[in-house]
Amino acid sequence: MTSFMPPAQKNWWAVPVGRQEIVWIAIALVWCLIMFFMMPFWHMYGDQNISNEGYRVTPIKYQAKVNEMIEKYKVREVGAMKTPVVAPPDGGDIYLMARLWSWYPMLELKKDVTYRLHLTSIDWNHGFSLQPVNINLQVVPGYEFVLNITPNKAGEYTIVCNEYCGIMHHTMLGKIWVKE
Amino acid sequence: MAQFRQCPDTGLFFHKEAENLMKANAVAGVVCLLIAGVLALLVVLTRWPAVHLLPADAFYMVLTAHGICALIFWVIFFEMAILYFAGSTLLRSRLATPRWAWAGFVLMIVGAVMTLAAVFAGKSSVMMTSYVPMRAEPSFYLGLVIFAVGALIGCFVYLGTLVVAKNEKTYEGSVPLVTFGATVACVIAIFTIASGAEILIPTYLWSIGYISHIDPAMYRVIWWALGHSSQQINVAAHVAVWYLIAGVIFGARPMSEKVSRAAYLLYIFFLQLASAHHLMTDPGISSEWKIFNTSYAMYLAVLASMIHGLTVPGAIEVAQRKKGLTNGSFEWLRKAPWGNPVFSSMFISLVGFGFLGGISGVVMGTEQISIIIHNTIYVPGHFHATVVIGTTMAWMGLTYLLIPVLFRRKMILPQAAKLQPYIFGLGMSLVAVFHMAAGTLGVARRHWDMGFAGNPLGFEYPATAYLLMGIAGIGGVIAVAGGALFIAIAVGSLVFGEKLQKEAGLLQSFGFPLADSAYTNEKPARLPMAPAEAVEADHGEAGFEAPGTFILAMVLLVSFVIYYFINWKYLSEVWGLS
Repeated sequence: MTSFMPPAQKNWWAVPVGRQEIVWIAIALVWCLIMFFMMPFWHMYGDQNISNEGYRVTPIKYQAKVNEMIEKYKVREVGAMKTPVVAPPDGGDIYLMARLWSWYPMLELKKDVTYRLHLTSIDWNHGFSLQPVNINLQVVPGYEFVLNITPNKAGEYTIVCNEYCGIMHHTMLGKIWVKE
Repeated sequence: MAQFRQCPDTGLFFHKEAENLMKANAVAGVVCLLIAGVLALLVVLTRWPAVHLLPADAFYMVLTAHGICALIFWVIFFEMAILYFAGSTLLRSRLATPRWAWAGFVLMIVGAVMTLAAVFAGKSSVMMTSYVPMRAEPSFYLGLVIFAVGALIGCFVYLGTLVVAKNEKTYEGSVPLVTFGATVACVIAIFTIASGAEILIPTYLWSIGYISHIDPAMYRVIWWALGHSSQQINVAAHVAVWYLIAGVIFGARPMSEKVSRAAYLLYIFFLQLASAHHLMTDPGISSEWKIFNTSYAMYLAVLASMIHGLTVPGAIEVAQRKKGLTNGSFEWLRKAPWGNPVFSSMFISLVGFGFLGGISGVVMGTEQISIIIHNTIYVPGHFHATVVIGTTMAWMGLTYLLIPVLFRRKMILPQAAKLQPYIFGLGMSLVAVFHMAAGTLGVARRHWDMGFAGNPLGFEYPATAYLLMGIAGIGGVIAVAGGALFIAIAVGSLVFGEKLQKEAGLLQSFGFPLADSAYTNEKPARLPMAPAEAVEADHGEAGFEAPGTFILAMVLLVSFVIYYFINWKYLSEVWGLS
């Protein structure tokens, strides 16, 4: 009856702790430390880390960069909207823009080549969700996210928006093709 | 003059004002749960691909209302009832400033109605998180602020009650563990509400044009200090309810007051910016900040929950072994009162919170693993395990406990009540597990159509994802049925339940006084300390008081370790990112 009554001892803090609890706390603490160290460890030795590169940006400036990239590296157009497909040079910068309700432009990349992906939204929050690999990044307006990406498998990839962005959210898709 | 009555069954003393406030808050909470449950059914039937019930605009409106109603209104109204119970009833003290408490309650009602009205008017479908620069109606934010002010008043009434109890010497020694846990919940609540004010007041001013710009990244950082900490209030409060139910049903005493209370303090010190784990894949925030604030270098808040995960069932095991249930490792558990919905709700809450909610939460809160989980439907899967199986089921167990005590009514439909926790627990476990599974296949959360109708580009999730979402849909329907059964039993008992005191009628159960009231002006006798434990032979094994619990804890740990590294393996297979 004591969980809802005052402790049986006035000096309850001086009552020795049982062996079972001490053992469990020790095991659990070790596990908690391992989980902490895994994060810096992966930064040093793992291949999948969120970059620390980001800049403040305005929609106008960013759109200018996107258009400049499209002008230089457009390879074709897709669909009724004539969405440009861009094949950036190896190791080059990619400017991908999220807006209501599309990812612009589309991309053609090469397998095992590293690119600098720039990512921002010009209106609301969006979610970059690359399928079927399942890479998910938050896209925040006003912030230009820069990550080095290295596609490791050829194929057709779709960018789904997974941050709610209004009534046509479910139609917001983009494409990336990765060639051998 | 403060009036008290003593419950003839439990011996608990109820201060009349506190009792009325508990009833009012609990009833308001259950009404919110009812609304949230109806909305949940609509959400479930829309995300179940084969049914796809609502159109997109209605779906986002309903989803916004469901989140707010369940995650904010239901749990916080009920938490107010718990605070008044832990402060006044458990300490045999009068409640400090009941009029302020009523003012807080009225503000909470006004705020809740205002926000829900804004959502149902259709122009505030911004989700519970209301990330700027998407804009809701001003009354959406104002309602939340008013609700929070009301809850804040309740917190201070609770703290005031602790002072009153101390000054009037209503108890001997230190406050009970349950009250200690409720105090921790209260402290976290104050931090949470302060964070909420810090972000929602400027956002309100922005929505009416007084502030021109709110930085979207800053909004997310501060909003999650509200959004995540509020879930920590739930954890602190529902762990207190676990201890309470263990004490009531089994007469269990904490294995160690020191360990349990220290674990609670870890919640206060190491939780707050753990909201960082919502921002793992955000731009503009450094990895150092993310890693440190998600873990404080050693995940001491996780450690605290792992400690409670051992000491709550451990306390039950020790109490059961003292009653002679010492055969093998698990006789104490086998012979627990599985037909008592108070116990079964609490135990399902404990196990579901640990195995489904806890493990998945820590895994997805790992900086890099978040990349393969962030904003997928894995996330709702996780928090339905923590907040619904964990918190809501603990509240349900407490409701079953308190209907006879607080409302002086016998519970109706006892056979159905026996089954209810299992139906609800099973349904919600299916929701949690299959949403998580669909999330690993990339299915997005807060998304009306996983078929992307209307986009000529086309993309199909794997067929398995549709199957998983279908099973989650079935689970959701089962859970809603279980929830409906709970509300039918709870409300039905208030209205139709056999009166335990002949003189009380329905009005009296809402606090209207009778001429022949059981209340007296007599001050309750001082709450004594728990009786000292008789020195007995050790019923455990190898110096372990609760060996069965230790085995269960190790099963949890092994599952945790395996699942954690499986996710690193998945992560290592995706594109290189740096």
